[in-house]
Amino acid sequence: MLKVNGISYRYQNNGPWVFRNFRLAVQPGEIVGLCGYNGAGKTTLAKIIAGYLKPHEGEILVDEQPVSSFTGIRPVQLVWQHPEKSINPKWKMKKVLEETTDLDEELLSLLGIKSEWLDRWPSELSGGELQRFCLARTLGKHTKYLIADEMTTMLDAVTQAQIWHALLELAKQRNIGILAISHNQHLLQKISDRTVSIA
Amino acid sequence: MKLQQKEEPLPDLLEKDQPLLEVKDLSLSFRQYREGLRETDLQVISKLDITLYKKEIVAVVGASGSGKSLLASAILGLLPENAFLRGTINFKGKPLSPERQEHLRGEEISLIPQSVSALDPLMKTGKQVQAVIKGKNKKAVQQEIFDKVGLPSKTSNSYPFELSGGMVRRVLAATSLASSADLIIADEPTPGLDPFALKETVNYIKQLAENGKGVIFITHDIETALKIADKVAVFYAGQTVEIAKVENFCGSGENLRHPYTKALWNALPQNGFVPLPGSQPLLSEVAEGCIFHPRCPVKTDLCKKKQPESKSKNGEMVRCFYA
Repeated sequence: MLKVNGISYRYQNNGPWVFRNFRLAVQPGEIVGLCGYNGAGKTTLAKIIAGYLKPHEGEILVDEQPVSSFTGIRPVQLVWQHPEKSINPKWKMKKVLEETTDLDEELLSLLGIKSEWLDRWPSELSGGELQRFCLARTLGKHTKYLIADEMTTMLDAVTQAQIWHALLELAKQRNIGILAISHNQHLLQKISDRTVSIA
Repeated sequence: MKLQQKEEPLPDLLEKDQPLLEVKDLSLSFRQYREGLRETDLQVISKLDITLYKKEIVAVVGASGSGKSLLASAILGLLPENAFLRGTINFKGKPLSPERQEHLRGEEISLIPQSVSALDPLMKTGKQVQAVIKGKNKKAVQQEIFDKVGLPSKTSNSYPFELSGGMVRRVLAATSLASSADLIIADEPTPGLDPFALKETVNYIKQLAENGKGVIFITHDIETALKIADKVAVFYAGQTVEIAKVENFCGSGENLRHPYTKALWNALPQNGFVPLPGSQPLLSEVAEGCIFHPRCPVKTDLCKKKQPESKSKNGEMVRCFYA
C-alpha cells in the first residue's frame, strides 16, 4: 500500500503552509482521483509523494517502508503534464526509453508506440506521442505506484482516451496503484475508483 | 463630438457580408536539409479553410501537430524563414501581404499567447496593458479594463511573477481588450486552469466578441471550445476536415458529419471515452486518398484513392465523401 502519512509542506521556513497534515492511501491496483483549485498544492504533493521534494512533516510509506529508503529506481513514479519539458531534447527516443528500462515490445505496443518513432528526435513527435514515451519509461518492472499529474491535459480527447485505456489495462495486469491528478471531473469520474480533493 | 470622420471603404458591406478573416486552400511547407545538403520540402498544412465574421468566435480544435498554432503564425506573419505559404489569407477583404501583416500586427490583429511567460517580467502589468491603449487617459482606461476582467486595481502595480497563473491569463486577456484590434487570436489560453478560472477566462473572451471583435480560439479541448464558440473548425493532420455549428455536438454525435469529429466527441470521458486506434499521420505519410482513411471506421476503396473535396453549406463545411 502507498501511504501518505500526514504530510505538511511550505516553500519557506515560517512561510504559509501549502497544505498541512495531508493523508491518503492508495491500494495496489486502485485508481484514486485527486482534484483541487489552481495553487492548492496538487503538483507539490505529487512531487513529494514521488520523492522529488521532502515534506516538512509526515512521511510517505510504500509497503510500510519510507519511500526515501528505496535505492535505484523508485517504486513510485511520476508522469508530468508537459512531455516536451520532461524529455531530453538532444536524445533520440530510444535512448530516452533505455535510460530507465529495457525495451519491452509488449509494453510499447500496448501504449501505441510505433517502432519507427524510436529513431526520432523529441522535436519530431507530437505531444501525445511524447507522452506515451513518458508513460512507458515510468512503467519499468519496479513501478508499484504511478502519479499522473495532469497527464493528458495537453492532449486531444482521442489521444487522452487512448492513453488512459492503455494505462488502465496495464494497471490491472500488474496491479499498479494510480493517483490521477486532474481538473477534469468527467475524466476522474470515468477512470477512478474514488476521488479525493485537496483544499 | 467630431463631425468629420475618416472615410472608410464601404462600411455597410464590411459590417454584414464581408468576412473579417478568410483563409482559403492554405498550404504550408518547410524546407529542410536532410543528410547534408539534400533539400526536402516537408508539407505540414494543405487545404486549410476557415472564415470568421465580426462578433463571431470560431474555435479551432485538433490534436497537437494538426496545424493549429501554425495557422496563428501564418495569419500574424510570424512563420520562420524556411516556411513556404500558398493559398489565400484575406483580412477585411484584402490579401494579407507580409508588409500589411507587419503593419496590422498588434494594431488590428492581436494575439493572446499560449504561454503565461509572455508578459515582460521587468515591467508592471498595468504599464504593459497601457502600452497598447491609444489616446489619452491610458491609466483610467486600463483600470476600467482590469475591473472588467475582475483584476483588483492594485494588480496594475504588480510584476508578473507576483501573480498566479490565472491572474496572468487575465492580464493577457486585458491586453487584447485594451487594444483596438478587430481580430483576436487566442492560442490555447485555458489549459491547466481550474473550473473557476476557466469560466472566468471563457467569459472574458466572450466579452471580446460582444464588443465587436472576431475571435479565433485555438484549443485541443473540445469541451471548452463548445462553451465559447459559435462554430468549431476541426483540424486533422494539417487539413480542415469539418466546420460545424456548436449545437451539432450533442447526443452520440449523429449530427456531426466527419468521422474524426465524431471520434473526438465520443472520446470525451462523459461521452463513452471511446479511443479511436492509430495516430495522426504526417501529411507526407499518406500518399494517396483521404488524409483520415488509415484510421477511418467507414472508409471505402474510393477513400484510399481519391482526396475528398470540401463541401460547404450555410457556413458549415465537411471534407468526406460520405457526409
